[in-house]
Amino acid sequence: MAIKQNAPRRKLSFSFKQNMFAYLLLFPSFIFLSLFTFYPTLKSIHLSFYSGPMTRLQYSGLEQYKEVFTDDIFRKVMLNNIIFVIGTVPTSLFLAMYLAIWLNKKMAGSALLRTSFFYPTVIPLIAVANIWLFIYTPQYGLLEKFLNAFGADGSNWLGSQSTVMIAMIIMIIWKDTGFFMIFYLAGLQNLPKDVYEAAMIEGAKPFQIFRHITFPLLMPTTLFVMIVAITNAFKNVDHLYIMTKGGPDNASNLLLYHIYEVAFTNWDLGKAAVLTVVLIIVLLGVTAFNYLFLDKKIHY
Amino acid sequence: MYKRINYSIIIILGIVFFIPLLWVFITSFSTSKEVIGSSFPLWVSNPTIQNYIDAWNAAPFLTYYFNTFVIVFGILIVQIFTITLAAYAFARVNFRGKNVLFILFLLQLMIQPEILLFPNYQVMSQLGLVDSKLAVMLPYWASAFGVFLLRQTFKQVPFDLDEASKIDGCKWWQTLWHVYVPSAKPTYIAFALVSVSHHWSNFMWPLIITNSDENRPLTVGLAKFAQSYETGAQWGMVTAGTVMVILPLLIAFFIFQKQFVSSFMHSGIK
Repeated sequence: MAIKQNAPRRKLSFSFKQNMFAYLLLFPSFIFLSLFTFYPTLKSIHLSFYSGPMTRLQYSGLEQYKEVFTDDIFRKVMLNNIIFVIGTVPTSLFLAMYLAIWLNKKMAGSALLRTSFFYPTVIPLIAVANIWLFIYTPQYGLLEKFLNAFGADGSNWLGSQSTVMIAMIIMIIWKDTGFFMIFYLAGLQNLPKDVYEAAMIEGAKPFQIFRHITFPLLMPTTLFVMIVAITNAFKNVDHLYIMTKGGPDNASNLLLYHIYEVAFTNWDLGKAAVLTVVLIIVLLGVTAFNYLFLDKKIHY
Repeated sequence: MYKRINYSIIIILGIVFFIPLLWVFITSFSTSKEVIGSSFPLWVSNPTIQNYIDAWNAAPFLTYYFNTFVIVFGILIVQIFTITLAAYAFARVNFRGKNVLFILFLLQLMIQPEILLFPNYQVMSQLGLVDSKLAVMLPYWASAFGVFLLRQTFKQVPFDLDEASKIDGCKWWQTLWHVYVPSAKPTYIAFALVSVSHHWSNFMWPLIITNSDENRPLTVGLAKFAQSYETGAQWGMVTAGTVMVILPLLIAFFIFQKQFVSSFMHSGIK
């Protein structure tokens, strides 16, 4: 801009004006960010060094952390969350990629099928939990009736420690696969067509094409979707409220739900703060991975 | 051959994915005897709308709908205002501390308000806002995601247009209103769809911050309602309640299917 080449004094006053202008534009966003992101984050970090009842909080250094990290429930919850990530993320990503590859072609019925896979995305998780609670109910549930038709008997899927996690994982795969499929469909549409033509001429088999062309070219999409999926696995815990309350014996409990219990049932502020800090670190870690690793991979 | 096997798998999967929706609709029209008794749950021989009437009378769904509308659009309207200003600043103004502020905004993408359940509850109680619709909305009035999405679009507006409008004597807000906002219409639509569907579905935060029916959104209302009827005999009613909550979203989805899909795609690409 021409004004910038003016005398230093005018430039200074101009940039002061411009600074103020920008700050004013950012002010409305910033006030809400400060109140509901920065301040609560700092407050959690601060509180995590304190312990005791709400009215008589005492500085306790890392004592609270030590207590949390040696707590059996916390370990179980963290392990559950890791199992939950391992159970949901690779399966739903793989399924999403598979569906996208076959539904990418314009064919009769493919739009209908895409809808069938995508609609769970728009249903609130709490409503999904209602529906699946009845699917999993012993004796009258949909799954039980289905198994009965084959002469088999189901078990108490949500009531038993050995099956509750797998039941949740299947439900979340049902809910999220269609969402991830959309990203893969977008990714597929951006792939270079000439590479495929060349491969066809060379006589490559479909699986070879997938392994050597489609899969590596979809890598940026996969990494992006993976970050979203991992973050979701820590963030979305609504279903626990309806289906299991984290039970039986914490077998299905996840970190954010555990925070909810600790904070709003036990009113243990210090512990809730430590847990919140742990969750923040996990999420920052996942996103840092995104920016340090994914961003480099995305341009080749 | 190869193709046929894969398509068969996908069609079967498609049917499996569709069954829960079909089943919830059918059950919502079934009598309680049929819900438990019938051996083929995907059929109803004596359809009834009694479940809907009972559900509607058992919980204040009208209030829940109203609250959800107020919350969802209350969030969206303010978001559009805040993200437009911030996106314009980041896209077109040079100022001191731009990068630092940008990173601070980035933080909200990673630490989203829904994970700060407990410290945000404290903030609300300090503000004296516990159990109000305002408390459900406030944490979302700034949206880093929206700012990034819109900033990208604003950057693509030719600078000449901006300067031309200024030479014509437009004030900055007139330029913003007449040049930038219209050119970003598809981005606004994408953002609106993502925001509305996200907040329509939000549960944990409204659960914690509201404790009366006057302020509860549909999701929390449904959860409270479903919990008081856990036995099989009342499934008809609970599924009817569930359908009432998901139906507006499903209808919106089927009408705006293309926009929905492309906005979710759009929002992911950033």
